[in-house]
Amino acid sequence: MSRRRSNPPSGRVDVIIIGAGQSGLAMSHFLSARAIEHVVLERGEIANSWQHERWDSLRLLTPNWQSSLPGYHYSGADPDGFMSMPEVVDFIRGYATVSRAPVITGARVSSVQACEPGYRVVSSHGEWRTRAVVVASGAFSTPAVPAISAATPADIVQLTARDYRNPGQLAEGGVLVVGSSASGLQLAHEIQLSGRPVTLAVGEHVRMPRVYRGMDIQHWMHVVGLLDEQYDAVDDIGRARRVPSPQLIGSSPRMTLDLNALQQIGVRVVGRLAAIRDGNAQFSGSLRNVCMLADLKMNRLLERIDAWVNRAADPAVAVPAERFAPTIVSAAPRLGLDLKSGEIRTVIWATGFHPDYSWLKVPVLDHKGRIRHTGGVVDAPGMVVLGLPYLRRRKSSYLHGAEDDARDLSNYLAFYLDSTASRAHIRRAVGQ
Amino acid sequence: MSTQEAFIDNGVNVGALLGAREALTTAPEAAQFRWRATSEWAGGTHTRSVVDKFFGLGQDQQHRQAFLYDTDHPEIFASEDKGSTPVEFVLVGLAGCLTAGIAAVAQNRGIQLRSVSATLEADMDLQGILGIDSDVRNGFSSVKVDYRIDAEASREEIAAIVAQSQKRSAVFDIISNPTDVHVTVSKR
Repeated sequence: MSRRRSNPPSGRVDVIIIGAGQSGLAMSHFLSARAIEHVVLERGEIANSWQHERWDSLRLLTPNWQSSLPGYHYSGADPDGFMSMPEVVDFIRGYATVSRAPVITGARVSSVQACEPGYRVVSSHGEWRTRAVVVASGAFSTPAVPAISAATPADIVQLTARDYRNPGQLAEGGVLVVGSSASGLQLAHEIQLSGRPVTLAVGEHVRMPRVYRGMDIQHWMHVVGLLDEQYDAVDDIGRARRVPSPQLIGSSPRMTLDLNALQQIGVRVVGRLAAIRDGNAQFSGSLRNVCMLADLKMNRLLERIDAWVNRAADPAVAVPAERFAPTIVSAAPRLGLDLKSGEIRTVIWATGFHPDYSWLKVPVLDHKGRIRHTGGVVDAPGMVVLGLPYLRRRKSSYLHGAEDDARDLSNYLAFYLDSTASRAHIRRAVGQ
Repeated sequence: MSTQEAFIDNGVNVGALLGAREALTTAPEAAQFRWRATSEWAGGTHTRSVVDKFFGLGQDQQHRQAFLYDTDHPEIFASEDKGSTPVEFVLVGLAGCLTAGIAAVAQNRGIQLRSVSATLEADMDLQGILGIDSDVRNGFSSVKVDYRIDAEASREEIAAIVAQSQKRSAVFDIISNPTDVHVTVSKR
């Protein structure tokens, strides 16, 4: 499936793409369409993290009809269903095959350094000189575990959402799940159903129903234009990029997974984990407010959808507007939990991910280790990044978000390669 | 700035706040502030505290005047009641912080406030500080804040302003989350 070129996998190339996931392959498609010479270096296999770094039951948060890559669409029998991870891997590998992407698998990049007039890329499978680099190595490589985890008592097993596979790997007994994005809620749900009582620590979160007015919420996010909202049109892009993933689950039949649903099956909801002191977990008293904020934001989304439906007067929308019960917060939420009592046997950190840029030896990271970029154009000549949350659009980090971003940034790269080539040409012509 | 914002005035210079945010994003060292108070025992349970100087934007700063605060305990505790109790001061701080936040958020969202009043209540079980029951915490068991707001906005918009103010409030955070407190002592 990956084409190994006949010549040795090293040398000079105009563009190196790092990572053969949806973003890297989408970029390869657009570069091929422009006949721009490039190579895709993949540390493992195509769609590696989808295959190796996700829990067993995970399905995409977006329905099948939405799964698409440039020139490639879902063609199965269940457009309203959600792909399992093996199905996502098949989808992306199928795309790599039909798009004939020049992927070199098993090529782990160990360094990218500036080397005029471009970059030197060292990988476990060859060394390259390139004029441009596409960082498509993923946004969700390294679990972001807060420093307070170090104070967890030693006899408690700690896992991250990347290490977790299924409830069977956990000891019997209580589980503290930290984090209230899609990951935290999905893990809390299946672990509670496995008979292990779950305490869920809840910070700021994004609540939304799976289905609204008879349609998947992703349909509404798409038609009202939310998914295509651009990075330069939001008030505070830094904040927009930090918004946690919405509390959604891809399941059959479709279900809404929110804090109320979890509390109905017995999950104990507490505030954000603020500290662990002397073996005691301390939970923030902000639970009521973060739930209020999430309810208000959900209702604003529903109002926007209703306004769109009213304007469109679409006869296909037969289901009337609806408002959901506010998030239930117990009269006296727990503020502390003794982690030494034996009640909690496992802590799962579902506290998000950050990209791994340890190989990137070009000074483009800010003081928090984030790559400095404007809509994906990195603060270094000829370098772009793909697949980060809200990179260019709200949908940027979704599977179907790769296409538009890769098209835009391939246009940028084509322009960059043209203009630097002509400058070099002029310099040569005038003898400088 | 939208034209709507030109006509509303809650007396908060949001432009200056946003400018400060911009400046401190690029110079995080200037964002490092240190707040200070000094205190002197005044006999019995009465303490006089002074707030005068603080540090921020890379240098020492000073209030327009020194502010004096008396804390004491009420007569039912056999004290002389020369000031509010320290725990009531915490409520004063929370009210001041949340209300300032409400004014700033409303200004930023172009919403004219007409009146903002709040009643704050904190429940406390004295069995904690008196050492009667070790399961009872010393501090508040809960804090309730009730805002009554008249503004040119919908009920939902007002709720969102109050929620956003809590989200960005220093005192709300101080009360709702643990903070490392380091007390040292020397003999004079």
